Amino acid sequence: MEKIKYSELRSTPKLWSLLFILALFIGAAALTVLYIEHNGHIVTGMNNQIVWGVPHVFAIFLIVAASGALNVSSIGSVFGKQGYKPVARLSSLLAMALLMGGLAVLVLDLGRLDRLIIAMTTYNFKSIFAWNVLLYTGFLGVVAIYLYAQMARGVPSFALKTAGMFAFLWRLALTTGTGSIFGWLVARQAYDAAIMAPMFIAMSFSFGLAMFILVMIGTCIMTGRRYGTELRTRQARLLGLFVGVVLYFTLIKHLSNLYVNEHIEFEKFILLNGGIYTLLFWVGQVFLGGIVPLFLLFHPKLDRKRNLVLLAALLVVLGGLAQLYVIIIGGQAYPLEIFPGYEVSSSFYDGVINSYIPTSLEFILGIGGVALALTITIIGMKILRIMPTNLSDDNVDINQE
Amino acid sequence: MKNFTSKHSKKNNQATITRRNFLNTGMAAATFSLATGVTLMAYASNNDKVSGKTSRWGLLIDVNKCKSDCNDCVKACSNENGWELSEENSKTDAQWIRKIDLKEMASGREISLPLMCQHCESPPCVDVCPTGASFKRSDGIVLVDKHICIGCRYCMMACPFKARSFIHEKVPESQKKSGSPRGKGVVESCTMCVHLVDEGGTPACAIACTQTGNEAILFGDLYDPNSEISIRLATYQSSALRDDLQLNPSIRYQNF
Repeated sequence: MEKIKYSELRSTPKLWSLLFILALFIGAAALTVLYIEHNGHIVTGMNNQIVWGVPHVFAIFLIVAASGALNVSSIGSVFGKQGYKPVARLSSLLAMALLMGGLAVLVLDLGRLDRLIIAMTTYNFKSIFAWNVLLYTGFLGVVAIYLYAQMARGVPSFALKTAGMFAFLWRLALTTGTGSIFGWLVARQAYDAAIMAPMFIAMSFSFGLAMFILVMIGTCIMTGRRYGTELRTRQARLLGLFVGVVLYFTLIKHLSNLYVNEHIEFEKFILLNGGIYTLLFWVGQVFLGGIVPLFLLFHPKLDRKRNLVLLAALLVVLGGLAQLYVIIIGGQAYPLEIFPGYEVSSSFYDGVINSYIPTSLEFILGIGGVALALTITIIGMKILRIMPTNLSDDNVDINQE
Repeated sequence: MKNFTSKHSKKNNQATITRRNFLNTGMAAATFSLATGVTLMAYASNNDKVSGKTSRWGLLIDVNKCKSDCNDCVKACSNENGWELSEENSKTDAQWIRKIDLKEMASGREISLPLMCQHCESPPCVDVCPTGASFKRSDGIVLVDKHICIGCRYCMMACPFKARSFIHEKVPESQKKSGSPRGKGVVESCTMCVHLVDEGGTPACAIACTQTGNEAILFGDLYDPNSEISIRLATYQSSALRDDLQLNPSIRYQNF
């Protein structure tokens, strides 16, 4: 067993080609932002009924995944699992990159992008949104310090552990804040539930680890670095556990709603007759994003082979996007219950299921955020000693506490 | 700026005082060149007598008197504040007030009523606004400060009455009125015609309803025990929409 060595990614045609492709996506998103900024949101599919659309699905996915991606670091330095330490730097870098990608999408969708400085200087502290601005920017600072502590020579272990613990607690607060954006909305049938915050934490564990595994395996394939079976198996099992926890929270959320009469119609909409939302819930979130990954990750004969783990992680990510689409857009599609016990009609689409047809612009913006996150990660790995040169089983003692 | 809520900082107060001094210098031409919104806020903040803490402006809507085929309150609001509803952009056009047709499922009773910002005492839109652009004046009128709204639309997610609209495209000059600043990329809603109220007037919807002879909308000061609205509220049973949320709105409905 040799000492773990870290090195920057080498300049290879593959690396530059990948960065070039990502730059194309980022460029397309930038042009989209200018186009929307110039014409107004009328060129998107969003309207006065569905006020948050596909960009918000991507933005919140990335933000939630960001806090989850940090878990690998936390397992190493906070929970003392030595085997995870070699990949802790990538975990911290990816967490920051995903958050920056998500924040970029969120901010670039604002109606008045030019007033970003107001969002950063004028706060209403009763707003969970305002708290989130501080939690998100603070997260970047806290994780940057944590990453420095991981990389610098001669940092005492207690200092690293303290930084790790602080970052871990901060990430829990961050995801609680993100879940509470919805959990504290009293107006709508779909939200107003305390379970949203812990459910978002569970989602972050799952989406974040899936993104980490995708980036980890992807980087190893691209650079030819070794990624030992033991570590991959450990992470795959953990991903399976998190996927199960998300399914559990989803089950409890819907069971709780079904018990309350006022929520039954909304539950029927999501679970039975909601069209695209029902399809995305059952096929996207539960089957492809939940049951299939569990099968791939836990079936004894499949042995958690690399490509199967890769596929499972990809499905968790797609299932996560489907889940957020159902939560964010499905929740708005169902009409507000302003007049319980009445049939309602108006010129403002009261009492009807609101339609939303996302435009390609919104997808370009959202995918641009993912591309930005990946670009930051790759550039980070290119200029900093983030990636271990050798993660083979011989070199990583996964069982050491 | 006494009529703003305490959420507005001292810094804002100082800015307003400067504005006020600026106006007091009599530089009318310079004032004219200021953004319409700034002028509106200056008017509103100067008129402490009307918008002082002793008043809470509200509307009482008698559902029995509201006719389903009458849309005059909506037209009056549109004329007064500039917004227009087009057929081709009905999903994205702003609607500050709308008529709702209701049929009680249990009894089959059919009614019609206008719905606008309910000017809640505890407004969820104000709670969630990250920058404090959504604010409540001390006289209970809930407004959007168009200068610091960043267009995040969280207030629209939070409003239980779907009373707010986001401006999805450039506002044509024909849809801009001096009393109601409007612009692309921000959120707007019923202002209870604050520019008229602060001059001692009545909201356009209430005037229009009186002119039709229906007299379904009554405007007045909820804190004045001698006002007609207070007497009516004390005499007859009325209700608030989404009473379960305990937001205590300034808009009340009679015979509903």
